[in-house]
Parts: sequence; C-alpha cells; structure tokens
Amino acid sequence: MLRLRCPYCGVDADETELSPGGEAHIRRSGPGSTDEEFETYLFAKVNPKGVHFERWRHSNGCGKWFHVARCTETLEVFGSYRAQTLKPPKAVTDRIAERRPGWTGWRN
Amino acid sequence: METTKLFVYITCRTFESTRTDAGRVVNVCVLKAAEQIGSEMGMANQSNRYSALSLAREAFRRHSGWGRAWRSPAPAESYDVVIVGAGGHGLATAYYLGRNHGIRNVAILEKGWLGGGNTGRNTTIIRSNYLQDDSAAIYEKSRLLYETLSQDLNFNVMFSPRGVMMLAQTHHEVRGYMRTANANLNQGIETEYISAERVKRLCPIISIDGPRYPVLGALWQPRGGTARHDAVAWGYARACSEMGMHIIEQCQVTAVNTSGGRVSGVETTKGPIGCGKLAAVVAGHSGVLAEMAGFRLPIESVALQALVSEPIKPCLDVVVMANTVHGYISQSDKGELVIGGGADGFNNYTQRGSFHHVEETVRALVETFPIISRLRMLRQWGGIVDMTGDRSPIISRTPVGNMFINCGWGTGGFKSIPGSGWAMAELVAKGEPGNLAAPFGLDRFREGRFIDESVAAGVAH
Repeated sequence: MLRLRCPYCGVDADETELSPGGEAHIRRSGPGSTDEEFETYLFAKVNPKGVHFERWRHSNGCGKWFHVARCTETLEVFGSYRAQTLKPPKAVTDRIAERRPGWTGWRN
Repeated sequence: METTKLFVYITCRTFESTRTDAGRVVNVCVLKAAEQIGSEMGMANQSNRYSALSLAREAFRRHSGWGRAWRSPAPAESYDVVIVGAGGHGLATAYYLGRNHGIRNVAILEKGWLGGGNTGRNTTIIRSNYLQDDSAAIYEKSRLLYETLSQDLNFNVMFSPRGVMMLAQTHHEVRGYMRTANANLNQGIETEYISAERVKRLCPIISIDGPRYPVLGALWQPRGGTARHDAVAWGYARACSEMGMHIIEQCQVTAVNTSGGRVSGVETTKGPIGCGKLAAVVAGHSGVLAEMAGFRLPIESVALQALVSEPIKPCLDVVVMANTVHGYISQSDKGELVIGGGADGFNNYTQRGSFHHVEETVRALVETFPIISRLRMLRQWGGIVDMTGDRSPIISRTPVGNMFINCGWGTGGFKSIPGSGWAMAELVAKGEPGNLAAPFGLDRFREGRFIDESVAAGVAH
C-alpha cells in the first residue's frame, strides 16, 4: 500500500485516493514525427527495476496531477513534486543520489 | 517373460504382507525377478519412466529407486541455445526445441528456483475463448496441447477440463460475449453463450440476482479448466533433462554479450556462458534483460495478486470469472478456493500487491457467492506480470541478432505455456516465426497492427 504526499494540497494520500498515470516527463511526438519517435512516445515506456519517475492524480482529493520519484524494487518514495516542470527538481534528484549511490541520474 | 511376470504376481500376492525373515528372502527374490523384467523391458536400474509397472517395481524396494526428476549440472562453456528463465514458458520452449526441431544442446538458466516465478503464482486457469483470430489460434493450440500433456511428458499435470464461464454482468458484456461466441464459432473453438439459468444450474452456489451486478448470462467454454501449475514446470523440466539439456538454477544473467550486432553469450553469477542463440523468456523481468541487451520493450511490469481460502468440501466444479467486478474463482483438488483479482496500475517489481485490491476482489466475490462470506483466507501473494499496450504477447526477433524474446503474456501466461513454447521453439530454431508466432512480432507496435485484446479480455484473464 503506497502513501504519497500530494504537492498541491499537502495531504499524505493513501493509494485508494490516487490514480496512477504512467511514466512522467514524456515528450509528445505529434504530426511530422518519424514512426520510431511516435512508437517510442506511445509504447516504449521505461520499465526500470529501481528508480522510476511517474505521474499520479489525486483523484479522490484535490484532483490535480503530480509527479513522484519512486523505487519499483522496494516501493521507497523519494519525493513528489508539481507537474508544471520538464524535469525533476534538484531536491528530489539529490535525495535519490543520497539513497541510491551509483544511480546514474535522470535519463542518463 | 510372461511366465516370469505371472510368477512375480503370484509371489507378490502371497508374500506382500509377510513380515517374517522367510518373507523378506522371498521378497528379495521377487525384487530380483522384477528387476529382470525391468531390464528385459529396457528399464534402467533407476525408475525414470513413471508407469504402473515402475510403481509396482519400486514398491518392492521401498521406493529407493526413484531418481531425481531433473539433473543439476554445472554450466558448460557454451551451448547452441541458451534460454533465460526456467518457468513454464522457458521450459516449454526448450522442450519443443528438442522434440520438434532436434536441438538438444540447450541450457535453461534460472535466477531463482525452477517454476518459482509466475508459473508458481498464477490461478491455473486454462481457456482459449479470445476474440481476435491470432490470439484464439495460439491459445487454442495451447489448450489442445494441455489435453495430452500428461501423456506427452509422462508426468501428471492434472489437466482438468471442468469448464470455464465468464459472467456477463452488464449489457455491454452480454453483447461482447455474444460477439466472442460468434468469433469462436468461426475460429473452430467450442464456446457458447449461455443464459443466467444455465449458469445457476452449472454453478448452484452463485447468486444470479445481484445486488449490484446481476448475472445476465455467460460465455461458456466446456473444455477450458485448470491444471496443476507446478507439475507443468516439473514435467517439462524432467522431459528436457532426459533429452540431455542443462537446467541451471540459481544462475542469474547479469549481462548480454554481443559481437558485431549478434549475441555471443551471457555473463551470469556462475560465470560466462557462450551461446549461438539466446532466448529471453523472463516475463516480468523482460524489460531488465532487454536493457542489458540495449533495447527497450513496449512493456510495463506490474503486480498481480491471488489468494486461497481454507479448504472446504467440494462446492464449485467449474471456473467462474467475473470481469466487471474483477474477480475469478475455482476450487482446487485440495478444496481451497483459488481467487484472483485485478492488477495494480503502477510499475512494481516487489511480487506483492496492494491490499485494497484483495478487498475489492473479495467484496465482489462475496456478493456473487454469498456462501463464502465467512471463509478464512490462508495465503495471499503477488507476481510480476509484463503488460503490453494491446494486452497481447510478444514472440519476436529483437534488434540484437540471434536473440529472441517471448514476453508480454501479462495476466494470461499459464494457459498459454505449451502453445507459447511451441511457437517460440519454431522461431528460435528457424530464425523466422511460424504461423502461430508471426502476428506477435515487436514490429506490430510501430506498424499499428495491434492484436487488441485489452477490451475483449477485460482485466481478468
């Protein structure tokens, strides 16, 4: 059972209050993109055993989308942050680097 | 020889309960005679083939002659084919490589213990009532192989074609299942859309009146059913070992070696192992292995859970699936009710699921089967399933030469073990997919040629 902090309303929300929304920070490939880019955008999700950045919605709360950095192997949560960003904030990546020595960094 | 048999039979009957020294002496003589028969019939000193005769033979020597079902050899330097993953699908791939294609210089590597992943964690349901022709073909091939698998493997996999019903509890489902029944008719798969009254006759403990979701009918596959999941892995393992293949447990792959764009071997916790061809059959960990080989799969790994109740007297002799309320149930031969539910919606490798899914599943099943409301649950566990975008599997070549992948079975892996192994073995042996595997290539995602079962199958397989 996950508990995630909603960065908008500050509530420590139980998993039943939330809806998972898949991988975060995906850049949309629209008209004019190559088949490969479009396939990657739609289907080729990262599926790491370890640090993962993902989208969640506080659906039974304030209703807003937010991002979470989480470990898929241990369910440890490194932090949650607002969705109006193209990359994870430094505080979150620092926290991951501290907890996971040897982590190569976001999208490296 | 017939005379010897008769002699053995008579002396057995005469002395079987004798506990005197004289009796023991005679028993030794009987044993010698039994061994004589055995060697005349080409049996080794160990009883490797399971039969009434070998059982009788072992009865005379306190069952001391049963060998191990499969050997545990040290890995050799290299093999023609290395298969990663000794679950049902990996072992079936190895078995059909040997049996159908004569490739027997094969190693099957397993990071844990044989059949300890999803093969040992599923709810053992077998059915082939799929909507799309390509899915129906491979799942029906699989179901047909299950029909004779015990005889083929000389190992009782306890296939029980007790019938599978998928309840229609909304009008959308009624229309959907009528469509599937028609599709199955065209595909030559025996299914039928049945009324709520027929559901009640086949499964008297069901409550068809609701309260939330009344049963309106069901899609009924009379030759669907269940099998003993561990026995499927064990049976294939034993048959592979007998063909001289190496099953290497506790041997985790840590890297995939390539040269000139082709696979040349793997690094493992038991040292490097070379290979001509590599088959990755690792279900939930397919993404991890693909990353080692340098490509990405259209797969996400999530947890799927199951649970069993305390054993009770026989009350349910069919498999019932209720996809609207996310629950499916059958009764094992031990009397336990085997229950499965929905998968989690987020990436997870922990082999344990969220508790609220158990609650949702049990709540729905208590509504449908009121008599189970006071049953205690004995065990609950999770497995990591590999979900593709269209909820159909991938049996494919990969961007790495001579490396093949079989994954994406998601929540429907157990039922497809023999068919999946059959199709994968053909792909690995020939380097080209046969008719069964061809539609399930990785390229279908780029081409938009989906085999879309995600709506047809609902969440529960």
